[in-house]
Order: sequence, then structure tokens, then C-alpha cells
Amino acid sequence: MATIAATGSARRAAGTREIPMDKRKISPLWILGSILIVLYAIIPILWILSLSLKPQSDVTDGAIIPKHFSWVNYSTIFNTGVFVRPLINSIGIAIISTVIAIVLATLAAYAIARLNFPGKKLVLSTALAIAMFPPISIVGPLFNMWRSLGLYDTWPGLIIPYMTFALPMAIWVLSAFFRQIPWELEQAASVDGATPFQAFRKVIVPLAAPGVFTAAILVFFFCWNDFVFSITLTSTNRSRTVPAALNFFTGSSQFSQPTGAIAAAAIVVTVPIVIMVLIFQRRIVAGLTSGAVKG
Amino acid sequence: MTTVAETPTSTSPASGGHRRRSILTDRDKAERRLGIRLVAPAVVIMVAVTVYPIGYSIWLSLQKYNLRFPHDRSYNWFENYGKILSSTRFWQTMGNTFIIVVISVVIELILGMALALFMHRAIFGRNIVRTAILLPYGIITVVSAFAFKFAVTPNIGGFWHVTSPPLSNHTTSLFVIILTEVWKTTPFMSLLLLAGLATVPNDYLEAAKVDGANAWQRLWRVILPNMRAALLVAVLFRTLDAVRIFDTVFIQTRGANNTQTLSQLGYNQLISQLNLGLGSAVSVILFILVIIIAFIFVKGFRTDLGQVRGER
Amino acid sequence: MSEITLKGVSKRYADGTVAVDNVDLDIADGEFVILVGPSGCGKSTLLRMIVGLEDISSGDLTIGGKRVNEAGPKDRNLAMVFQNYALYPHLSVRENIAFPLRLAKIDKAKADSMVDEAARTLELTELLDRKPAALSGGQRQRVAMGRAIVREPNAFLFDEPLSNLDAKLRVQMRTEISRLQKRFGTTTVYVTHDQTEAMTLGDRVAVLRKGILQQVASPRELYNNPINLFVAGFIGSPSMNFLPATLKAGKLDLPFGEIPLPEEFVSRLGQDEKPVIVGIRPEDFEDAALVEERDKGRGSTFPARIDVVEWMGSELFVYLPVPRGDRQHQAGLAELARELDQEDLHSDSDESQIVARLNPASRVSEGEEAELWVDTTRLHLFDPETGDSLTYQEPEAAGQSTGQQTPSAS
Repeated sequence: MATIAATGSARRAAGTREIPMDKRKISPLWILGSILIVLYAIIPILWILSLSLKPQSDVTDGAIIPKHFSWVNYSTIFNTGVFVRPLINSIGIAIISTVIAIVLATLAAYAIARLNFPGKKLVLSTALAIAMFPPISIVGPLFNMWRSLGLYDTWPGLIIPYMTFALPMAIWVLSAFFRQIPWELEQAASVDGATPFQAFRKVIVPLAAPGVFTAAILVFFFCWNDFVFSITLTSTNRSRTVPAALNFFTGSSQFSQPTGAIAAAAIVVTVPIVIMVLIFQRRIVAGLTSGAVKG
Repeated sequence: MTTVAETPTSTSPASGGHRRRSILTDRDKAERRLGIRLVAPAVVIMVAVTVYPIGYSIWLSLQKYNLRFPHDRSYNWFENYGKILSSTRFWQTMGNTFIIVVISVVIELILGMALALFMHRAIFGRNIVRTAILLPYGIITVVSAFAFKFAVTPNIGGFWHVTSPPLSNHTTSLFVIILTEVWKTTPFMSLLLLAGLATVPNDYLEAAKVDGANAWQRLWRVILPNMRAALLVAVLFRTLDAVRIFDTVFIQTRGANNTQTLSQLGYNQLISQLNLGLGSAVSVILFILVIIIAFIFVKGFRTDLGQVRGER
Repeated sequence: MSEITLKGVSKRYADGTVAVDNVDLDIADGEFVILVGPSGCGKSTLLRMIVGLEDISSGDLTIGGKRVNEAGPKDRNLAMVFQNYALYPHLSVRENIAFPLRLAKIDKAKADSMVDEAARTLELTELLDRKPAALSGGQRQRVAMGRAIVREPNAFLFDEPLSNLDAKLRVQMRTEISRLQKRFGTTTVYVTHDQTEAMTLGDRVAVLRKGILQQVASPRELYNNPINLFVAGFIGSPSMNFLPATLKAGKLDLPFGEIPLPEEFVSRLGQDEKPVIVGIRPEDFEDAALVEERDKGRGSTFPARIDVVEWMGSELFVYLPVPRGDRQHQAGLAELARELDQEDLHSDSDESQIVARLNPASRVSEGEEAELWVDTTRLHLFDPETGDSLTYQEPEAAGQSTGQQTPSAS
């Protein structure tokens, strides 16, 4: 029936089609497989965690589990100003880029899913083309352009390319979500006495909200992750984001390795990701697969 | 018998209609205007921030222009390209990129498919597994690059007690890079493939079972052929991603020991050497390569899918 | 009052297709009118024009005496039950039903009691706090109806509401709808492609074909007195048999023999020889052995070979082969069959099949010859060119058949 909740059918697309419960399936093999997969996913993270908790002297001991636990790396990065500012940059730039990209993508996706206008396919193809674009190919010109426009090493200087490259994914995911909304509901609402705006506000918005939220999460991940633009379009901590800053970490002295500091910083920026993945796992999977299968 | 009017197939305006001489109602026109207005901001930004710079790139690539010698600037047309295409370093870079792309995509495809099959049929721990595999996807690429780098750096990582550190040798460096990439993106691949798997109707598999096919045969003859679309999409996107690889290489080797990839080469020329002319040429070459690959895929995709197509 | 009047209403799309062609229809206050026809005939479009979801290209629509062509759906005070119910998935059943009341800014306490009342009528009281996703098909349908009745609208509009339900549920809901309508006395316009629903639910039924209104009359009238081939073939299940024949001097030359025409037809149709199509309903046949003597005079008997017998306990259907007529008739009948969703599996052979409904006590058996009787006073004759009925009787009672009767509608 067309009235099933939109997220429900998106979820179904993510592979939750059940095969009838079969006692054989709960064999040790499946449990083992699941454990292996989980280990696969978290071992590198645990490794970094372990490195971050090692005191300076132990960093080179090559042990997997720290012999001594110490928070010194964390205090170092938070107290020496080498990390705090990039962290703020990352958070601010990612949030602003996400908000703007989502707003624009929502408008575009609504139009694509709902209205008929010339060039609809062209827009989607363009978005696809941008998604395949090699960022390095434009860092040269952007480097030059930003320098003459005064955008070099500024927040807008990063927000603009981030938005540009996040828009395709956001548009694809959102139009896939919007296509699943039964638009008949708008008609039912107008028969029930609603003005177009009332219909939009009371019926469409609640149904579109989950999709918008999911797209926002995916866009945030994208911006949080960027490295290429950050190291080419910034030169100081004024707007350098964490991934690029990690590259410039120095140890507590000229000669010591920044390994521990890098590890600690890595953990700090990974924690929000882990939390978001844990809470929003279903949504993220639904967003990734519904947007991608459209291809 | 006389038929009165043409059969009124209700081609509602929103479905796109047929190519007849149509008179647009006011409502249609208003809809078109609104539609264009809503997509305009997104499209303008996407196009402006990519088309203009790439054009600028192409223009720069035709010049001899090094920011360290800003006054020694002139058009040398295709000399940059000539220099690049005749340099062994470039072809080694191409080779590196090719190796990384092919090997990582193949491994990711196999592993991803295995993972997808597992997730498709597992009931126990399904949520835990799905949450787990999102972690490599969500982690910052730089972080994963560091993780693997530290694991193989002598003294820091406990895994290697070999005489020469892996990251100081061409072959083993490539190995580490590929390993990092595979670790990070196999899960994403598996999600795409899982979605494709879910579209294979169970009836086909049951019919195959009854016809006497074993699991391997079912995989090759029923599942994979029916997942064509998902497979092609997954491979296309991963290939293009792999061709553009940058973060991992930068963090782990910076291109040392001849482990440069195209993006790394571009970066070196543009930002390290400040040679905008040469660097832009490399960028343009990469750009063209991406277009060619995408084109080949889409062409193959269309002709292949043309027979299987059904609007989802 | 809430009578609905359509005068010359048409719908033309931008690419030239005409979905509804010049329909005149008067629906009286409190009347239950059904719009019926095969898919694509324009009935849903017509309904949507009445509610305001489609623009009217030409013609006038008045509700309660006021012309409402330009008014939007929200200003017409009509309630509609959609085919897919269109329930708001994010709202509970209570909020779904209350939705129109909230929009009308009705005081919360009053609205809640109205919702409770509607829920009681439709037996939804236990489900008020559930969401649509947790309901069965029949329950969802009742919620959709609840949303409609709670508003006390000028009219109820139903767009194929039962087509998504299984057969048993359909019968149940049919009586529900009928009961509701009688209880509230609200004008109702109901769209369906199922002629059984049309016959059982409506005060009057409007048959549409390709956007053109064929006939509007009570179910009984449509059954006994169809105005053309299409209506005759559409109404009645199993549908009427059509046979090509020739009219010759007061006698009908049928594939299975020659039978004399009853008196009243002879005077109407004249003595000239002309080709006709004869329509005979399965129920107008009988096993000659079981026909009372005094009835035999009303019809004629003929020999027939029985192909297939389907004995159902309360009914008996037999299938008889008849030789086909000439090609000229075939083309038109084939097209008609397509529209009525009837497959002709043996279009290549020289024979077609007719079906007869006999008294279950009959002893005819497969593969054997039997003597059958046909009630010739209940024959329908149609013009092969236009499809019009040659035996149609203009109804005498006024107001019985106010609808467009187009001469050449095929």
C-alpha cells in the first residue's frame, strides 16, 4: 500500500528482507563471522586508541596493549593550541557547510521529485558528474583564485568547495527519499480543507524530515573527512581543519615523534563519528543504499 | 464501427508527456518556473565552483607558469603535456595508480560481496555487524592512514620485525596503501552490494535450488547476473574514487619510493613546486582520465542494462 | 442542499487527449450515484473534477446551486475516500480522522467528541491510538471513511475504495458503505470498475466509455434496457452473449437456426433484410425439457451441442459452440470484447462460444446434443455499425434516465 511510512520502505531497500528463521543459521559459524567482522572494523581504531594512551616513553615499544596508561597525549593536544583551533575549525566549517548544502539540496530534490520542468535529468546528471570530479584538478585554480579574492586560509574558502562536492550526494539521497513520499497525501489534505502551505507543513514536512536528517549526517561525514582542500587552501591554524592539522603535528620537542599526539587527536575526532554511527546506524545505511542504488 | 475520440490514455502532466505539439497551461508554466528556481542555487554553485576552475586549469596548463618565478610567464601551449607524457616519472605514476586501482577494486569487490552475502543471510547480530562496518566508512581517511602507518612503522607498530620498514620500499609501500584503502572502503562497497542483493527475487534462488544448483552455481548463475546494476554502480564509483586517491598516499609515503599517484603528482607540482603550469597539466590529465573511465562504464552499463531495465 | 449538477463537463489535456467528453449528469440530494466503466474510461477523472483536484476544461459544475468550477477542493466541502486511502502515516488514527476538523479550527473538545462518534460508527474505537502502518487493509479503509464522515460534508466521493481489498472483505465493506450512506443520507458519488458493486450499491448508475457517458439509469433499467452494445455487455455477469444474425422478413437468422421475431419487434424493425447483432443473456436460455408448456410460446427451441458443463450446485452453466458470422461483425465484437476484458481464445477458429444458465436440475451432459429454449421476448438487437440497441425502450417515468445518450458511441 502506498501509505506505508517512507522510511520503512527505505529501510527495506537496505537489505532487511528476512529469510525465515532457520535453526541452522545460528550456528557457531555465523557468530564467528560476526565477531570477525566486528574485529575487522574496530582493530585499527583500538590500535590508535592504545597509541594515544601510551606515555611518550612507551610509544616506541611496539606493544599492542599499553604497558602504562597515561592521558598525557590528550592534555598535550588540548593545552598546546596545536589542536583546539583546528578542532573548532572542523566543527564550525562542517556544520555551516552541512546546513547550507542541505537547504539547497532539499529545495532541489523537492523540485526533482515533485515538479516537472525542463532539464530535470540534466540536473541529476550534472550532480553525478560533479561527484566523480577529482578535487585535485581544481585546487590549483582555487589556490590562485582564493589568494586574489582574499579567501585563502579562511572559513568561506573551505565552505564553498565543501558545499559544492557535498551537494551531489545530498541531492541524490534526498530525491530518492522524496520519491518515496506518497504525494497523494497532499491531495487528501487539500480535500480535507488545507491550503497548499498547510498541507506542506503538516503532512510533507514530517514525512521528509527523516530523509533530510539522514542526508545531513552523510554530508557532515563528508565535510568532517576532507583533507585535500584543507591542506591546499589553508596555511595556518586560522582555518585549517583537523585532518590537515594532523599532518603538521610536531612532538613536544624537536626530536620526539608526534605519534602519541596524533593518536590522541585522531581519537577525539573519531568519537563523534562513532557516537553518530551507533545511534543512527539504520538511517545511515538507508541513506547510503537508497541514494546509491538509483545510479 | 466508428471509434469516437482517441483512447484517452491519461498522460498526466507530471509524467513528462510525449513529444507532441503541446500547449502549456498556465499551471504547467508556473510549475516549470518554480522547478527551475528551486534547483538553480544548487546547480549554480556546483557548476560555478567546478566548471570555472577546470576551465582555468586548462588555461593554466597551456602556460609556462611557476609561482616562484612569476614574471617568467608565457604560453607554451602543449609543451607541458609533452613534458609530462614523455617523462618516466609520469608513467610510473600512472602505473602505480593503475595497480592501486585494479587491485583494491578487485579485492573490495570480492570481500564486499562476501560481506554482503553474509549480512544478507545472517539473522544473528545483524545490527551489530551493520553498525561495525559503518565505522571504517565514517572514520576520517587521514586517521585510518595514520593507523596503518603507525602499525608498520618500526618500533611503533608491534607487527613488523623485518629488516626494512615496509614504508621505505616501493612494493611493500603500495601493499600498505592498498591494504588501508581496502580496509576503509570494503564496508561501503558491501552496503551497495547488499542493496543490490536484496533486489534478487528469492523465487529465482528457490527455482535454482529445485533445478539442482549448488551454492556456488547459484551465486554465479542467478545472484550475480541479477545484480548487474548494483555491481556496475559499485565498481564505477569505487574505481573513480580509487583513481583520485590522495589522502592515504600523502599521509603514508608522500609519494616517496616512487609510490606517487596521479593526485599526489598533481599536488607535488602545484603546491610543493608551485609550478602551476605543469601541475595544472597533470590535473587536466587526471580529469580527462576520469571522464574516459566514466564514459566507458556508462556506455557498457547502458547497453548491458538496456535489456534488463525496469524502472525501480 | 447538496445536489451536484454537471453540464457539458469536459476534460482536455495539453497534448490533445480528451479524458471526459461533454458529460451531463444531475445528482439529486441524498442520491447514491455510481460511475462505472472499464479502466481508462474517465470515471476517476470525472470524480476528481467534482472534488477539484482536476481542472474542468469546459462545462459547468454546480454544487447546491452554486457554480464551483473555480473553487479549490478545500472550499467545496466534499469528502473523498481515495483508492489507496491516503492516510497520513505519521499521525495516529485519531489524528487522521481529526485532521479536517483541526484545519477548520474546531474547538478541541468538540472535535474529539466528533472523532469518537465517527469511530464508534465505524467500530474503530480500539484502534484510535494506532498508526496506519499497524492496521489491516479493511481497517485503513474504515479510517479513510471516518475522516470523510466526520466532516459532515456536502457529498461523499469514493474512488474505487474496495479494489485493494480481498474478495470477502469487499463484500463486507460494500454493505457497510451502503448502510452508512442510508444512515447519513449524504449525496454520494462512487467510482468503480466492478459492475457488481455498481449494481448492488447505486440508486443510479452512470456507465462511461472513453470519456463519453453511455447511459444513466437504475441498475434494473440498465440490465433490462441497455441502450447500446457496450452497456449491454458491461452490465451483467456472466455477460451477455452476442451473436451475429440477419433479420429477414420478421424472422431472425441465427447461427443455430432461424427463429421468428416477437410481434412487438417486427413492427418496430420493418421487413427489410439487414444484418444485426443479437444479444442474449445467459439466464434467458433454458433446458427445453424443463420449460413449462405455457411459457414455451414466449420463445423458441433449437438443438445445440453441449461443449462444457459447469454445475455449481445452485447454478448450471453450459457452453455451446456456435459458428461465427462474417468478418465484418467480428472486428467490432473483438474490440468490444477487449474493452470488457474478455479474452477470445479461439479467434482463429470458425466457432465461438456462448454461455447459457440453466436450471440446476437439468440433465444435459457434455458432448451431447440437447434441446435448448431461448426467451425471444428478452432478445436485444443491435445495429452492427453503431452498436445502438434497436430494441431499446425509452423509459416513461420522468427523471429515470437523465443522462447523455449519444447515438453513435462505439
